[in-house]
Amino acid sequence: MTLVSDRLPPYARAMGMRIEGLLDGSPLLVMDFSDRAMGRPGFLHGGAIAGMLEIAAIMALHAELGEEDARVRIKPVNISVEYLRGGVTVETFARGQVIRAGRRIANVRAEAWQADREKPLASCWMNFLLKPKT
Amino acid sequence: MNSTPDSSGGRPSIPPDMAFDPSRFGKFMMKHGHTGFIGMQYRGHGDNWVELGLPWREDLVGDPETGVLASGPIISLLDNATSMSVWALRGGFRPQVTLDLRVDYVRAATPGKMIVAWAECYQLKQSMAFVRGIAHDGDIADPVAHAAGIFIQVEADGWARPSKPDAPEGAGA
Repeated sequence: MTLVSDRLPPYARAMGMRIEGLLDGSPLLVMDFSDRAMGRPGFLHGGAIAGMLEIAAIMALHAELGEEDARVRIKPVNISVEYLRGGVTVETFARGQVIRAGRRIANVRAEAWQADREKPLASCWMNFLLKPKT
Repeated sequence: MNSTPDSSGGRPSIPPDMAFDPSRFGKFMMKHGHTGFIGMQYRGHGDNWVELGLPWREDLVGDPETGVLASGPIISLLDNATSMSVWALRGGFRPQVTLDLRVDYVRAATPGKMIVAWAECYQLKQSMAFVRGIAHDGDIADPVAHAAGIFIQVEADGWARPSKPDAPEGAGA
C-alpha cells in the first residue's frame, strides 16, 4: 500500500505542503509560511488556505479509502469555504475528516489553523465523486 | 497595532479609497506573493467585472495521472477575480476580506489549457459585497467551475501588515 504522503500532488508540493503523521486518525497537513502563499501584505491568501483545505480533505479521503483507494479516482464536485480569521506568516496546519464515504459520493470536512487548533482560520465542506479507474 | 514595514513582505501598502485601476493592480499583484507564484494574469475588466487568466503549469497539477490542474489554483483565481470585481464596481479600492466562497467544479479542466475566470459583483451593500464567477478553459459556455461568494468590507486598520499573529476575526483573502 502506498503511503498517503506519496499521494501529495505537484500543486501541494510546490506550495510546500507536507504530511506529518496522523492527528485524531487523519493525515495532518503542514505548510510553512512562504511568499508563495501570501495574499494581502502580512496575510495568507484565501486561495492558498482553500487549496490547503482541499488537499487535507483529499488526503483524509485517501487514508479512509484504504485498499479501495487504488481502484477509484477521486473527483472534487464542490467546496464551500468559510473564512474565520486571517492567516498570518507562520506555519499552518490542516486536517480533513471524512463524514461519509459511500460507493459513489464522499462527504468530507476540513479545518485549517495556526498556533491554536481551537482558533481555526477557515473550514470547509467538500463533496467528491468516486469513480472506478478504467 | 504596531505595524512595521518589515512584515509587509517588502510591498507597499495600498491606501484605502485609492482609485482602483484593475489593469495596473493586476500587473502589480501578479508579480507578487501567491498570485505571482501561480502565474495569475490580468485580462480585462468592465463596470462590475474582472477577467483573469491562469496558464496551465505542470507544478500546479492536482492529478499527475491526468495532468488536470489542482482545484486550489482555480479557487485562488476565482477568489482574486471576484474580489477585484468589487473594486471595479466601487470604482475605488477598499479593504475587504472573504466571508465565504463556494465553488462547483462542473468538469475537469483540460490539461495544458489556460484557465480564464470571469467574475462580477452583482450586489454591493454597505458592509457586504455579493459576487459570482465562472472559470472556463476557452469557451465560457462550457465552464469548468462556478463560484459564489461574499466579501465583508472592513476598516483599513489591521487589514494588512500585522505585527502579531493575532489577526482580526473574519479575515480571509
